[in-house]
Amino acid sequence: MTTFWTIWISVITLGSIAGSYYLLRWALSNKTGVKEGESMGHEYDGIIEINNQLPRWWTIMFYITIVWGLAYLALYPGLGAYKGLLGWQSSNQTILSLEESEAALKASIESGALIQYDREIKFANEKFDPIFAEYAKVDVETLATNPEHKEALKVGQRLFIQNCAQCHGSDARGQNGGFPNLTDNDWLYGGSGAKIVETLQRGRNAVMPAWIDAFGEEGIKEVVEYTLSLSGRQVNQALASKGKTRFMACAACHGMDGKGNQMMGAPNLTDNIWLYGGSKRAVTETLTYGRNGVMPAFNKTLGDDKIHVVASYIYSLSNK
Amino acid sequence: MKNPHELIEKNVGLLTVLILFAIALGAMAQITPLMFQQQTMEPVKGLTPYTALQMEGRDIYIREGCVGCHSQMIRPFRAETERYGHYSVAGESVWERPFLWGSKRTGPDLARVGNRYSDEWHRVHLLNPRNVVPESNMPGYPWLAENILDGELIEKKLSLFRDFGVPYTDEDIAGAKAAVAGKTEMEALIAYLQSLGTHLK
Repeated sequence: MTTFWTIWISVITLGSIAGSYYLLRWALSNKTGVKEGESMGHEYDGIIEINNQLPRWWTIMFYITIVWGLAYLALYPGLGAYKGLLGWQSSNQTILSLEESEAALKASIESGALIQYDREIKFANEKFDPIFAEYAKVDVETLATNPEHKEALKVGQRLFIQNCAQCHGSDARGQNGGFPNLTDNDWLYGGSGAKIVETLQRGRNAVMPAWIDAFGEEGIKEVVEYTLSLSGRQVNQALASKGKTRFMACAACHGMDGKGNQMMGAPNLTDNIWLYGGSKRAVTETLTYGRNGVMPAFNKTLGDDKIHVVASYIYSLSNK
Repeated sequence: MKNPHELIEKNVGLLTVLILFAIALGAMAQITPLMFQQQTMEPVKGLTPYTALQMEGRDIYIREGCVGCHSQMIRPFRAETERYGHYSVAGESVWERPFLWGSKRTGPDLARVGNRYSDEWHRVHLLNPRNVVPESNMPGYPWLAENILDGELIEKKLSLFRDFGVPYTDEDIAGAKAAVAGKTEMEALIAYLQSLGTHLK
């Protein structure tokens, strides 16, 4: 803040306080020409106005607010560029990028500056970092299944509800429309601890292409019948057998046997678990228009240690 | 006149003027200097102006009253940054007119909702929030998927913001109508939501 604005603010602020003080002093002396305690000469319905001084308790309160205001302005930043005796700041509001923010946070934690937010983070880190560091030493599978680590799973559940439940549901059973159930041990990208961590870290982008141009409407019908037959559904055999030849195109991702491929997140089509619904209509829609599944990356939101704990919670849901 | 204070007590017009002056002192000390501070005028690194589609989405956000239930202001408390991400800074709002910080959180803060969910999630959620979040009490906005934008006013909107100092180029403005015409309001709103807060994430 420039000197001009510092002076501008200081003159208005301190001037107002000084003005209030003089106004109070001025108002304390009797200028009415009527003695204290006597009538001012106004009477309405038997109610008379008496010339009384300002109440003592009230004037004292007024003085206290003036002293309070001055002390506050001395200790905290209020007068332009003046930083206050305490050097207090709420946060690093001048940063222009995440890198600058991290550098400022680190610097203030090291120097012990009184920046409220940075202090809060420092105390939280001191308290929680060792706990997460302990969890990080244990691999995901053990953390999830060993009863000794129940607390870690509770932490994981809290984080899950905060960050994952919007899509996967607060019970982790997912939603129709591309939000997978995480409790059924049916995995699109693999259910090992390492794979779950990878999914959380990097996110996933699944692409099911649209097939209407390649197959035509009739072709789609055939492939739908065949696809449904893979999970043992009652289908029109004539259509299904035609669909089987067309399924060669699908096999590139879903495999010849339709069991899917976790390397590219192609779902298993034989287990009667459906990401976008298993009705004939839903499968037709999937084949006709394609699907784009997106799992966002959480490496920046959560960081390694928390992802480790969330992954353990998710692993525990299918491996009780 | 024995008591000069009677002048104020018996003259309402003068009393009004003096009260306004007293209030103006506060505004002059608190608000005026902010209009000239580097900190409130310098954009954060990588801040980009809203695209034409995002700008239309922003207007839909305003029209539907989203700001009544969703704030866009992450305060510098750990309890907030753990959930929403980095606290909001002045440099993010330099091109916001009016800003949509809000003051009420019936739903969560949206300052950094960009890239947090997929476009498809937003689509399903805006049609009927309970399809993805059963506990939600947010209303559905199904008409957004049916209303088609014609882009009649978008060039005016962008050039108005350019007058405010947002760095739109002539090409941005010239291509604006083509960029939004025919898109649904749903697409515009999702484009806007996906852009929120991403430069500090």
